[in-house]
Amino acid sequence: MNTGDAQRFFKHIHLLGIQGLTPPEITEILDCANVYVEQNRKADKKTDLLKGRTVINLFFENSTRTRTSFELAAKRLGADTINMSVSTSSIKKGETLVDTAMTLNAMHPDALVVRHGDSGAVKLLSEKINGSVINAGDGYHEHPTQALLDALTIRRRKGTLGGLTVAICGDIQHSRVARSNIHLLNIMGARVRVVAPRTLVPGPIAKMGVEVFHDMREGLKDCDIVMMLRIQQERMQGNFLPSVREFFHFFGLNEEKLSHAKPDALVMHPGPMNRGVEIDSTLADDMDRSVIREQVELGVAVRMACLELLTKNQDRMVGGAE
Amino acid sequence: MMTSGKTAYINARLLDPATGLDAKGALLTEGRTIADIGPSLFADGVPDGIRVVDCSGQCLAPGLVDMRVQLREPGEEHKGTLASAGQSAAVGGVTSMVCLPNTEPVIDDMSVLEFVARRARKLGLAKVYAYGAITKGLKGEELAEMGMLAEAGAVAFTDGVAAVANAKTMRRALSYASTFDLLLAQHPEEPNLASGGSMNSGETATRLGLPGIPAVAEVIMVARDIRLAEDAGARLHISHVSTAAALDVIRKGRDRGVQVTCDTAPPYFALNEMEVGDYRTFAKLSPPLRVESDRKAVIEGIKDGTITAIASDHAPQDQDSKRLPFAQAAFGGVGLETLLAVSMSLHHSEGMPLVDVLALLTYRPAQLLGLPGGTLAQGAPADLVLFDPNHGWRIDPDSFVSKSKNSPFDGKPVQGKVLRTVVDGRTVYDAEA
Repeated sequence: MNTGDAQRFFKHIHLLGIQGLTPPEITEILDCANVYVEQNRKADKKTDLLKGRTVINLFFENSTRTRTSFELAAKRLGADTINMSVSTSSIKKGETLVDTAMTLNAMHPDALVVRHGDSGAVKLLSEKINGSVINAGDGYHEHPTQALLDALTIRRRKGTLGGLTVAICGDIQHSRVARSNIHLLNIMGARVRVVAPRTLVPGPIAKMGVEVFHDMREGLKDCDIVMMLRIQQERMQGNFLPSVREFFHFFGLNEEKLSHAKPDALVMHPGPMNRGVEIDSTLADDMDRSVIREQVELGVAVRMACLELLTKNQDRMVGGAE
Repeated sequence: MMTSGKTAYINARLLDPATGLDAKGALLTEGRTIADIGPSLFADGVPDGIRVVDCSGQCLAPGLVDMRVQLREPGEEHKGTLASAGQSAAVGGVTSMVCLPNTEPVIDDMSVLEFVARRARKLGLAKVYAYGAITKGLKGEELAEMGMLAEAGAVAFTDGVAAVANAKTMRRALSYASTFDLLLAQHPEEPNLASGGSMNSGETATRLGLPGIPAVAEVIMVARDIRLAEDAGARLHISHVSTAAALDVIRKGRDRGVQVTCDTAPPYFALNEMEVGDYRTFAKLSPPLRVESDRKAVIEGIKDGTITAIASDHAPQDQDSKRLPFAQAAFGGVGLETLLAVSMSLHHSEGMPLVDVLALLTYRPAQLLGLPGGTLAQGAPADLVLFDPNHGWRIDPDSFVSKSKNSPFDGKPVQGKVLRTVVDGRTVYDAEA
């Protein structure tokens, strides 16, 4: 779905993070994605907007859902896609990240979707790539398409982002999802809270424009959105948290804790969920409260929009228009 | 049961550290609580139907709150039991004690905490509270379930006789604890510096040819933890401080606004390293007895308020653990039965007002840990000690009710004797009975 000349704000070649984007840029991406939501529900989901273009999914960290979502997005736009995972790449043979970037660049990819375990690695790689680079998650830094799909999910349900109160709960410290969402929600005028035990929330996070809570009932009070984060198992073996049961007891989302939020508050989770750890199983499946599956659906649309807008910006550069 | 009735304690010298009260008067208990108190109470006689205890002018104070006791039950019942500690507490005027989690199994789980609480309730002697473990199994590695342990009744957290050695683990523990506003208590000793040592590094150790534990091992751990607590915005308590240097950094930390408190134990203000003498293993304590200047600094810390509480540091050891070459003998001494008498030296020799000495033994530790008791206020639990501050006697461990007799004060003359101990309005010890 070509939005044509309507694209007036988002003029970047890469999408490395949410930080630095403006409200009109974000709105433009969400508007574009919203059109794809409808298209993805039809029998014929395909366009030829990216016909002839090559999209490489370069994943240095394991991922199934994000990689699949990007792959589907590229294919539905008519691009050729290739998946490279670390186990098959030359990184294992000792090649540096910059060498990998230059090697791939020589093959003229139009877009490179990259996930890497180190914060800042995607930025480093982008400096050697002529095509567009989309950050699919770098370390604990950013995961911009996740924040965008979360924003679209909220906007479609609540009509707007501005003025909403959003509580992001769980492992803030090790979460790129949290950081991208904090940026995006602040840019769009929402009030952001984070709720976590002190071991999982860095003190200076308040400087990023959030209110910090260490008690779920206080943190969730009168919230419009409750965003749960995934807790990695390795954090719960006594180094950051004593145990699964203690975490669930104090910070796991259940009906009782959710009752402190607004009656129509939505429950979100970037997945994959740990049922019974950060979220009660029945709550996760509650169609009235949980929009977790909708987030997955909208993820494809958001990634289509990103691919479309970024490649269009490449064309303008080539044409010397901007 | 007497708990349902009223008892009048008349002709008493009332000492209430919570208010600074030191006056002649009477006190009335009803059931488990203090119903009334005052200089003019029962001035016209005690009405019929009230049981009367004539205090004969002796001191009536809140029962002692001992914030550091090792029970040995469950796990090492041959050294000590809840019953043995309870009897010792009664003789010592202790009505509340807080036990370390270094039992077997360790108190790092709600079920062990509940076991100890249930056994103590059944005994009906001193009230028993517990520290929860900071790390699982006291191994210094993985955080214990401090949040749930606190909900189950743990009043503070410590790894007992071992410090949390790893600075990163301690930092996370402080950070995690501050989520729930919990208090962590640390044994002040850098374990690498202390390892292999059996007494204070210094002249005596040199003469005796014993491996030493340097005084810097204490201040290094204390300074580290104060910085960590400051950074985490957490509350920290330093247990049984024994050196001038450690007190100095605690004072400075407090001046900067760090939430740090500390306690000490009678050996550290009443004895010095000379007590080791001819390889006396009863004087082998952890931290070790220090030099005279450190002992004086501890007294100074008590007087100027740097030290919040005096705890017995009761650590029962059986004969097999103490009748060994000094380097092989176990650390620790019993202290419940001598806590009040030895602490009275601060009054007799150092000139501290009685009510101020009692504050360190009652009101202040109770306040620090959020325990009921430690005061003679109306409505407070009827936990009382009646004592004669001047009665002289010689400490004789053979007369202890404690199962283990390993007292570092063996043979010392003291002044101050417990006459009666009352828990929840019920007399659990009467010297004349």
